Amino acid sequence: MSTQSPTLHPVEETAATEQISEDARAAADEARVGWERFEQLIAEDKRVEPRDWMPDNYRKTLVRQVSQHAHSEIIGMQPEGNWITRAPSLKRKAVLMAKVQDEAGHGLYLYSAAETLGTPRDELYEQLYTGKAKYSSIFNYPARTWADIGAIGWLVDGAAITNQVPLCRASYGPYGRSMVRICKEESFHQRQGWEILYSLSHGTEEQKQMAQNAVDRFYGPALQMFGPPDDESPNSRQSMAWNIKRFSNDELRQRFVDMIVPQAEALGLRLPDPELKWNEERGHYDYGDLDWDEFFSVVKGNGPLNHQRLAHYRAARDNGAWVREAAAAYAAKQQQTEYDAALLAA
Amino acid sequence: MTKPEQNAEQIPDGGVIATDPADRSLWPLWEVFVRSSRGLSHVHAGSLHAPDASMALRNARDLYTRRNEGTSIWVVPTAEIAASDPDSKGGYFESAQGKAYRHATYYTQSEGVPHL
Repeated sequence: MSTQSPTLHPVEETAATEQISEDARAAADEARVGWERFEQLIAEDKRVEPRDWMPDNYRKTLVRQVSQHAHSEIIGMQPEGNWITRAPSLKRKAVLMAKVQDEAGHGLYLYSAAETLGTPRDELYEQLYTGKAKYSSIFNYPARTWADIGAIGWLVDGAAITNQVPLCRASYGPYGRSMVRICKEESFHQRQGWEILYSLSHGTEEQKQMAQNAVDRFYGPALQMFGPPDDESPNSRQSMAWNIKRFSNDELRQRFVDMIVPQAEALGLRLPDPELKWNEERGHYDYGDLDWDEFFSVVKGNGPLNHQRLAHYRAARDNGAWVREAAAAYAAKQQQTEYDAALLAA
Repeated sequence: MTKPEQNAEQIPDGGVIATDPADRSLWPLWEVFVRSSRGLSHVHAGSLHAPDASMALRNARDLYTRRNEGTSIWVVPTAEIAASDPDSKGGYFESAQGKAYRHATYYTQSEGVPHL
């Protein structure tokens, strides 16, 4: 396939330039056919697969979104991993380990999906390592108490599920498929978090207060996980036109608020929003403004733990380098041994 | 201008371990197929990176069968998979088009006749 630019200079016609113009025409034809097929797939709400032609911006948008999602799963292990040694019982510890292991798995499913778009895995890891890539801001908040682990499971994973269920139908096949796996596994995460809070809110006065404090801390940041309000989210519209996103940030946020109000009531805990009330006319709960200045400040790197999260990731990656190298060296040696044995046998 | 090559899945050289020490962390990509229970086919579950087949199998077990999803796993180097060209969809599968008579539903005369 030609790598020539389709732009032609008005030079004397020679055999070579004829060849170039033919190649350029062929490339242009292919792009046009590819574009038409892509538009048709989107219009018919069908899936785009890795080797299909797709517009550069569609590819770029997906690489960014899917890899950010993967990075979030990986960094998201930290606030909870931090509590494995301090879980209050063996059962809670086993559950927490299973959950953290799931997050690692979810990161890997998503990296695989991102990789099918043509960005190698190592490049994706590098982007996180160097701090070039973003991940969900929520993970820059600390898990201060055991109750925070409950609030993270209930509110953070709850918000993630609300966001992820429609992504199962994302137009890019590998992304949708990885989301299906993730959603199946994620439902236990939210329930176990809710149960942690339930135990605490039905315990001593002190335990109930600890649960309330955790909910107070995570309510706002969890609602912000859906991203900025619709009028400040310029990329959303294009993502929805491409069937990557199915609902706007505010629609998903509303859905989440409507869901958690009765869940909080069942816990006997209060959501820290004085403006939260049922709106008969809309058939939804009204909720108060969120602190978007804080949100953007955390996104920019000024959250409580942005620095530590990245430093911890780098240390884990650096400290594991010898394991990866040893495994590769062993594989190379085995391959050489097999090759030698085959030669000797011949 | 986007060329079809740029759209192809970028796959590292499967099964070939880079000998350059600087590149040693570049593990090849493997496709994972899981048989969910006896009597069923292995079905594609996803992919992962691993230095060799035995590590790929172990990683596949940890990654794709954490909830009893499988009784057997295959791993195949991604680079070893030959695939039909996605750009020739129409043409390549054309001979199956317009041959409704290959399906039982094409034959309607027997409607109402038992066991047919």
